[in-house]
Amino acid sequence: MKNRQLIVMPWRDNNPVTVQVLGICSCLAVTAQLKPAVVMAASVTVVTALANLIISLMRNSIPPRIRIIVQLVVVSTLVVIVDQVLRAYFYDVSKQLSVFVGLIITNCIVMGRLEAFAMHNPPVPALCDGIGNGIGYSIVLVIVGTTRELLGSGCLWGVPVVEHTGLYNIGYEDNGLMLMPPMALIVVGLLIWAQRSKNKKLQES
Amino acid sequence: MSPSTDKKPPLRRLIESLKPHFSQGGRFASLERTFEAFETFAYTPDTVTRKGSHIRDAVDMKRAMIIVVFALLPALLMGMWNIGYQHYTADIDSLAQASCLMLSGGAFVWHCFLFGLVRMLPLIAVSYIVGLVIEFTFAQLRGHEVNEGFLVTGLLIPMIVPVTTPLWQLALAVAFAVIIGKEVFGGTGMNFMNPALLARAFLFFAYPKHMSGDEVWIAAKAWGNDAITGATPLAELKAGADVHSWSYSLSDLFLGAMPGSCCETSTATILLGGLLLVVTGIASWRIIVGVLAGGGLMGLLFNIIGANSYMAMPFYYHYLLGGFMFGAIFMATDPVTSAQTNPGRWIYGMMTGAFAVLLRVVNPAYPEGMMLSILLMNCFAPLIDHCVVGVNIRKRQRRALRVQQKEGKS
Repeated sequence: MKNRQLIVMPWRDNNPVTVQVLGICSCLAVTAQLKPAVVMAASVTVVTALANLIISLMRNSIPPRIRIIVQLVVVSTLVVIVDQVLRAYFYDVSKQLSVFVGLIITNCIVMGRLEAFAMHNPPVPALCDGIGNGIGYSIVLVIVGTTRELLGSGCLWGVPVVEHTGLYNIGYEDNGLMLMPPMALIVVGLLIWAQRSKNKKLQES
Repeated sequence: MSPSTDKKPPLRRLIESLKPHFSQGGRFASLERTFEAFETFAYTPDTVTRKGSHIRDAVDMKRAMIIVVFALLPALLMGMWNIGYQHYTADIDSLAQASCLMLSGGAFVWHCFLFGLVRMLPLIAVSYIVGLVIEFTFAQLRGHEVNEGFLVTGLLIPMIVPVTTPLWQLALAVAFAVIIGKEVFGGTGMNFMNPALLARAFLFFAYPKHMSGDEVWIAAKAWGNDAITGATPLAELKAGADVHSWSYSLSDLFLGAMPGSCCETSTATILLGGLLLVVTGIASWRIIVGVLAGGGLMGLLFNIIGANSYMAMPFYYHYLLGGFMFGAIFMATDPVTSAQTNPGRWIYGMMTGAFAVLLRVVNPAYPEGMMLSILLMNCFAPLIDHCVVGVNIRKRQRRALRVQQKEGKS
């Protein structure tokens, strides 16, 4: 596969969230507002890309028996760095995300790409694959985050946009269910539904 | 269908003359399913199952659903009266109220009923229109029949929400229940949760301001926000009211003259509908008895603990309050989402009742537990059935083994 394809494929036909159904937990946990969702998406993209690159460079010297622990060490190192950067430059968002930054270590997408791709492929394709999957995850997070923040609290990026449209004056109210994790699951489900009904390749018989 | 052509009623003749246009090759062939829905609604279809095993029965799903609608009517009419009664006896003083309270008995009842009718009809209309439009659209898109389950669901939803629910919120809730609760799983019969309760749960979590508290249960004169304060009995109990020094008498509670969701307050009329359902065999009496027993046992258990006045309340009060009886008879018995095996029905019913009372008395956040308890047990119904069937298979296997060993010995 070409590198460009490796980057683009996970956006739609092989999306880590809507097709492989990985990384759902963080998708539910951090998407009540757009801002933390975007920061989370960026962090996961950086970690996936760099972890893929590093593991791919080391792949021939990792003993197969202890490969998971080696992968974990690499991923945790990267996550700690990301965490420190967030604390230094985006303190409020970092506080909002709380434990979920640390939990990137356990994000199935990161481990999944390392095992499935980086262990058997040279560094450049591995980097592309990491970036592609990170972006695929980001797309879903941004869509879910936008939907939930807009319908749940009437804001976008913290700006009260619904207030300006005057909908509240005619009786509109924010949907409290949107702010709860179950609704995030339903929004992801609706995304999967929409994608599968449009894309014939993804339909199971 | 009788083949006599000379004496067909006008409706039949109209349908038959229109049919070619909606069949394959006709001008409106794309609307075949919509036409079929209306045709089979008016007349029993003459198509029969030709393959596989099936039961021959005069009662098909349409007739069953119509009987449920009939069973709902007493509670619906009583609920309409109660909406008016709560409005006119509420703690407000308006000219209309004063003049109404001076009316004689029969006229007062009519006045209350008409007030409730006017407030109920928009809710019912919105629920049916939104739900049926979605049902017809999906049936058309997927090329299956329009199922009549929504005839019941569409009436149940307005019956279990507060009378002041804004119509657009009700419309959203109905759409959510029909699409997420039913159509994504494949339509009627495939859903694992009761769609009517799902609609209520949606409203409850999405717009809690309109589903709980003291200001939603009594309809004000005009549509809108000028709410009348009046707590439900359940909320009063939660706040520490004692049934022994209460403004509600047992007969008030039994007849349903108390604030609450539209049509779920009157235990008397709900029991009347329940009787029809049990006699016609549409609702499982095992589930109903199970729910009552489960709720009663949990109530007795709380009586023994007796840590506060709510726990010490006689257990039969639980049957009369909130949506307990409505849930037991019309919601928990939903043939699609309840347990299908007889022992499973007992377990499912008992646990539903027990959880409902547990949530009511112990959970600090929700005054009523029936909705969440039934939805929870809906999720467990398939598991209960799975276990019951498994136990039965093992029992029969052991019995067969014993018979084999005996024959081997002799």
